[in-house]
Amino acid sequence: MAGKTLYDKLWESHLVQTRDDGTALIYIDRHLLHEVTSPQAFEGLRLAKRLPWRLNANLATPDHNVPTSQKERSAGNAGIVDPVSLIQVQTLDDNCEEFGITEFAIDDIRQGIVHVVGPEQGATLPGMTVVCGDSHTSTHGAFGALAHGIGTSEVEHVLATQCLIQRKMDNMLVSVDGELGAGVTAKDVVLYIIGVLGTAGGNGCAIEFGGSVIHSLSMESRMTICNMAIEAGARAGMVAVDEITIDYVKGRPFAPKGDDWDRAVSQWRHLVSDVDARFDKVVRISAADIVPQVTWGTSPEMVVGIDGCVPDPAAAADEGKAAAIRSALVYMGLSAGQKMTDITLDRVFIGSCTNSRIEDLRAAAQVVRGKRIAATIKEALVVPGSGLVKQQAEAEGLHHIFIAAGLQWREPGCSMCLAMNADKLGAGEHCASTSNRNFESRQGYGGRTHLVSPAMAAAAAISGHFVDIREVQNHA
Amino acid sequence: MRKFTQVDSHVCPLDRANVDTDLIIPKQFLKSIARTGFGPNLFDGLRYLDEGQPGMDVSSRPVNPDFVLNFPQYAGSEILLSRENFGCGSSREHAPWALEDYGFRVIIAPSFADIFYNNCFKNALLPVVLTAEQVDRLFDLAASGEPVQLTVSLENQTVSLGDGTQWSFEVNDFRKYCLINGLDDIGITLQDADAIRAFETKHQQQSPWLF
Ligand code: SF4
Repeated sequence: MAGKTLYDKLWESHLVQTRDDGTALIYIDRHLLHEVTSPQAFEGLRLAKRLPWRLNANLATPDHNVPTSQKERSAGNAGIVDPVSLIQVQTLDDNCEEFGITEFAIDDIRQGIVHVVGPEQGATLPGMTVVCGDSHTSTHGAFGALAHGIGTSEVEHVLATQCLIQRKMDNMLVSVDGELGAGVTAKDVVLYIIGVLGTAGGNGCAIEFGGSVIHSLSMESRMTICNMAIEAGARAGMVAVDEITIDYVKGRPFAPKGDDWDRAVSQWRHLVSDVDARFDKVVRISAADIVPQVTWGTSPEMVVGIDGCVPDPAAAADEGKAAAIRSALVYMGLSAGQKMTDITLDRVFIGSCTNSRIEDLRAAAQVVRGKRIAATIKEALVVPGSGLVKQQAEAEGLHHIFIAAGLQWREPGCSMCLAMNADKLGAGEHCASTSNRNFESRQGYGGRTHLVSPAMAAAAAISGHFVDIREVQNHA
Repeated sequence: MRKFTQVDSHVCPLDRANVDTDLIIPKQFLKSIARTGFGPNLFDGLRYLDEGQPGMDVSSRPVNPDFVLNFPQYAGSEILLSRENFGCGSSREHAPWALEDYGFRVIIAPSFADIFYNNCFKNALLPVVLTAEQVDRLFDLAASGEPVQLTVSLENQTVSLGDGTQWSFEVNDFRKYCLINGLDDIGITLQDADAIRAFETKHQQQSPWLF
């Protein structure tokens, strides 16, 4: 018999029951909640007179539409100017209080983007099943956990039953081997992978990211990669447990302690795919092929290397692809053959659950240190992923570097990743963004998003257009 | 949940691949804490020429005459036809809520994004996967100008055209059962509460730090 993949092991260890039709009841260890996708679920519980099955499996924090300006934030909920956002944030507070769910509210230092907060607190642990009403829950798979986004009906289902009805997905291995070139980060790796797989390439699959490159990465970088598994169509992305994982988890507030810790670690060491495990699909990528990436279009798969050009629809493989390229070019206001380094920018956003952790902020700060953003940049935001990330960055003096360079240092939240608060692009504006989605109007009505790594975003802020970070770093 | 058995309707053709959830319902409408009322803002960015905001009276907004949903011949359609990877992007259930609230009962496409596909079944919306050739054929028929009338039977798992052509589609038995009977799957799961409790006890013994 073939060995088991990491996903097989996680699935089997949480399987409550299999039904005749192949669906299964899967037990959920950790359920994260935020203000946008939970109100209707709590309302459903109330209407059906149901209570949460296990309170301490749940952890909540507002993130999607909290304001990020210091002025608004200094007054807690009362400072939220947008009345509709206020209702959602207040409703989360009220629901958590009514049902007894732990919440890091807006003025708690532990508040932040739910996918930054979980790992930071040790609320995400190896071997767990983690769900949240948010597609980027795949982030938590970096810990050797089975983590994926769910809809609001499923949020209600998990609250009420601690289980989810699931079908087993296929196993896909994406192996990245070799050595990354200078200036090439986890963000470039995952954008490159999406470029290879396409946005639907991982549909129906749980992707395990493996290979020597992935295993040499820090936990924060692994989270960046798993975060964007969903952009390749896979609900779940994951990385096997190793010493880097265990070191990261150790000592975090929700992590096991004492004897429990030792027992946990010995279990966690099995959270790897067996050497003879069988994957339904295997994709091998050579690290040497990856250069810093920039998206040019309106889907994360519309990506090229910084040394490349905007594609020509005439060269597309089929008419469907050509049509997609044409409509993206119109929306983005770009022309075929244009060099990526010629794209000028109006705004820069460094943040989101993809790239708002301390390493991301350090990388960006290093690039802007002692420089000034270009006069043509209207606004450059740095939005830390959580209150604790912000605190750490300030302890390292990173905020001074950003502010001196002309970037704005904000309060934690999702911010311009999806522009539900006041942080938005204007119509037609180009933005270098470290977030994960470049869909039409994602960052503001008519806004044009280019996805990049934190260092590339920082370098673009300084130059006013995209630049090859490898050249910047060589001259530094 | 509303029961789903059969839908007879003309088709609204949305000829576009990778229709994402931000297109289906832009994020500014996610601020609602209700489950209903999203229909008027379905495809807001495509349907109207201005930027929509929650609470705006849509009847006074400029409509985009080039967008299919605004073509008079597709008014009242309950079947939306689209291209591959429909519903990609976020997990927002507001997307199926908006489609359902607008009046769609069936979405036909060659493929769907996983989370969206799953969310449809919780909201009396049937996602039907047909082959790329079958979808092409429907788009071709729609392009000819005549309304394309279809019967979608969940019971028989078939899509029938007026000319006698019939295609079958796959659907998971459990989902079909829930949709046909309008069942809330929380109630069904709670029938297995003992099994969940037994699993939980064992799981806690093995990994006490999870509790
Ligand atoms: S940062 Fe962006 S992608 Fe991440 S949870 Fe917030 S809105 Fe979603």
